[in-house]
Amino acid sequence: MFRRHHLYTWAVALVLLFGLHPVQAQTERGDALIQNATVHTVTNGTLENTDILVRDGRIESIGENLSAPGGVRVIDASGKHVMPGIIDAHSHIAISNVNEATRPVTADVGVGDVLNPYDIGIYRALAGGTTTAHVMHGSANAIGGRNQTIKLRYGNLNPEDYRFEGAPPTIKFALGENPMRVHGEGQSIRPRTRMGVEFVIRDAFRQAQEYTAAKEAYANGERTSPPPYSERLEVLADVLAGDIMVHSHSYRADEMLMLMDVIEDFGLTDTFVLQHSIEAFKIAPEIAERGIPVSVFMDWWGFKFEAFNSTAHNAAILIRNGITASIHSDSGDLIRHMYHQAAKSQRYGDLSDDEALALVTINPAIQLGIDDRVGSIEEGKDADLAIFSAHPLSIYAVPQMTLVDGVVRFDRAEDPDDMRLQVNPEGDVQEAYIAEEHDHTHGHGHYGVHDDGIDLFDFLMQP
Amino acid sequence: MHSAKQLTLMSIFLSFLLAIGLWSAAPQQADASDRGPFAITNAQLVTVSNGVVEGGTLVIEDGRITALGTEVDIPAGATVIDAEGKSVYPGMIDSGTRLGVTEVGSISLTQDFNEVGTFNPQMDILTAIHSNSRLIPVNRMAGITTVITEPSGGRISGKAALINLHGYTPSQMHVGDVRLMTLNFPSTGRQGFWDSRSDEEIEREAREAIEEMDKLWDRALQYAEIDSAHAANPDANEAPSYIPKLEAMLPVVRHEMPVMIRVNRAGDIRKALEWIDERGLEHVIFSGLSEGWRVAEELAEAGFPALVGPVVSMPTRQSDRYDRAYENAGLLHDAGVKIALRTGEAANVRNLPFEAGFAAAYGMSKDDALRAVTLAPAEIFGVADELGSLEEGKQASLFIADGDPFEPATEITHLFINGHHVPMESEQTRLYDEFLDRSPGVELHPVD
Repeated sequence: MFRRHHLYTWAVALVLLFGLHPVQAQTERGDALIQNATVHTVTNGTLENTDILVRDGRIESIGENLSAPGGVRVIDASGKHVMPGIIDAHSHIAISNVNEATRPVTADVGVGDVLNPYDIGIYRALAGGTTTAHVMHGSANAIGGRNQTIKLRYGNLNPEDYRFEGAPPTIKFALGENPMRVHGEGQSIRPRTRMGVEFVIRDAFRQAQEYTAAKEAYANGERTSPPPYSERLEVLADVLAGDIMVHSHSYRADEMLMLMDVIEDFGLTDTFVLQHSIEAFKIAPEIAERGIPVSVFMDWWGFKFEAFNSTAHNAAILIRNGITASIHSDSGDLIRHMYHQAAKSQRYGDLSDDEALALVTINPAIQLGIDDRVGSIEEGKDADLAIFSAHPLSIYAVPQMTLVDGVVRFDRAEDPDDMRLQVNPEGDVQEAYIAEEHDHTHGHGHYGVHDDGIDLFDFLMQP
Repeated sequence: MHSAKQLTLMSIFLSFLLAIGLWSAAPQQADASDRGPFAITNAQLVTVSNGVVEGGTLVIEDGRITALGTEVDIPAGATVIDAEGKSVYPGMIDSGTRLGVTEVGSISLTQDFNEVGTFNPQMDILTAIHSNSRLIPVNRMAGITTVITEPSGGRISGKAALINLHGYTPSQMHVGDVRLMTLNFPSTGRQGFWDSRSDEEIEREAREAIEEMDKLWDRALQYAEIDSAHAANPDANEAPSYIPKLEAMLPVVRHEMPVMIRVNRAGDIRKALEWIDERGLEHVIFSGLSEGWRVAEELAEAGFPALVGPVVSMPTRQSDRYDRAYENAGLLHDAGVKIALRTGEAANVRNLPFEAGFAAAYGMSKDDALRAVTLAPAEIFGVADELGSLEEGKQASLFIADGDPFEPATEITHLFINGHHVPMESEQTRLYDEFLDRSPGVELHPVD
């Protein structure tokens, strides 16, 4: 009895020490020698019959006939292709909630607080060569919640282990139909129009400026009390200071021009990325002039009116206009075959292999501020790698193995059917989810497939 | 001065112009419906039905393939298309779409696939096909010449139809008078974690749903009996008093029109097989079958063909292997089920070749995957004498590609639908041409 009690005390102490604080243990790092592969570095061409030596989670060397120290796993990749782990700049996997749709500005919440390591979607994305995802708040609000960049370290049970260490924080903005529908149509509060969207954003920025000024005045002794604490304004002040990047959902050219002006007025052009951006192609010169990166759907269109005047050539037009463009998934399905989405840019445009691969590797890495760590196969970078049976832009390519920090997190040859981390031994009857039955006319994709949704409201939200 | 009435008429006319402008900003159809004759020369002919011919010529006259092979005379006056280094394929068929009956996903008044009511056999999707839908040219450019457009909702959604993706009226587009009565088989089990019904409720609702179908079928059979009696002897027997849905069920209960049964869950598929057996249905085509692989043997034994897909989709259960949906069509094919592929799409029917490519990457042979989007659906719909392969006498619905049409990088260079040489243009290519190198660029005033 005493012993057990003793153990319990220790357990409580350990929980107090580590469990209740977001203390991040060093996540697992691996070693490996990948031999004799065709290596798509993306930034430095394609290397035939090449080895990659991974030590302690990083790419130590790239070359021919490398040798592995004893004990290091050797992976024969003869006849196979290696590309950088795929990066999805817009995802909603691995979180328990997507939208805090209760008011037009919800900078005070963040999806990083609801990371869900049990989401099977993480493993399925890994099985498609994806290693990093920018997990985003939903698009119900003109200024939504904060996002979280994660590495797909599936198998870990601590949500903290998924955070991409050092990735710049980002926040979701949303323009057009979604905030107009949810607030203007749904609640009769601004925004009901694109004018209202601009006002909500400018007004929030002004409030944050006043908040900061009041705090400074208090610090300088010019005020007797600080302003009432507001988490929302604290976050917005960090946005205005350039410490939190803005990633804005957008569809129409006019609303993108509007937000670019707002962003410029507040001096945030260097920490700004456009997302979805169905009509970005129409204003490619204006976007290029400001040097703003854009992350787009490959071929989704027509699911709502602001997505109707569309072309699947969007990405190609942006790239040819000198814009750092990426392709994102915004879907638990598409995140499993981003290599294939990228390949379509060669049908809808004339991008080279490296340009096409860059759409899902180095370009999203730049957009997320993590290109010093991931997005290409270079010595010194993280060993986030995807091995394919064939050229990853071929329709017949099958992902074989995915490494995150040098750790093999997916191996097709050793893949058991059921990869869930949380299985209820009693009543483990999994009910079938048929995407097509969730056939909301507001949806898109296969008659309206959205993410393997978590709650009903998220289902009803459009991309 | 204009009178008030004139102004009203003018404003109606202007709104009409505006509405027309919205849907038809770009030429949707062939400028001149050029029906040839054409000769495609020096081509690799992938016939599907009869192997591959290298260095072949294919002749199109009066909308039909009139000759193909290596020793073919080119008819006088034919437009010659030199396809050196390229391949000719039969047009692809998507066996389940909403092309033509939806325009903008979120605007319900642009959607015509889901009528009010549980049993709607009298609804005919062909009525609602918008021949000038902007979605059609965007999608056919992938080499897709023909699709099933289907209604949805309720228990019987109405009649799906096989249409060519070129034509100015629904009847011009309709192929071989093919209609399929679309039946959504009831869900007999728990639908998912959000389904809070008790086991008893689930069982009762499933039983009631099947009883409802049986009742409709029984009434339709009775209606057919009265109708037949009347036809045989109009003087002695009265015609049945007109009931629209029973009238519409006549060809179904007389086994003249196939029933397309949409069903996905393994348990529901088993129940559907039992029900089909009990009712003695002879002409059934399954659609969906997401979990078909779980009951592949039973499906093969039953012997009905299946329209399977989408291929590129999520596994149905959290516990399922990540690639089950990719493998599903191949596993069914291996078990002996005759299959064709469907995207279940509208805006992106153009992904059909990629769906076939994924099926091939995950277990099907490339030949079988090609067949599943060409000859197999033509056979299933009973139009193999018209479509599905490159053969003399068939409709010239085909395309020329500079490589494997399942590969994204391949370009489709020419498209023929029912003999019409259809331009490789759509609103999306027009936008690409206009905006790739936009002029003026960022200048506020155009440069002199």
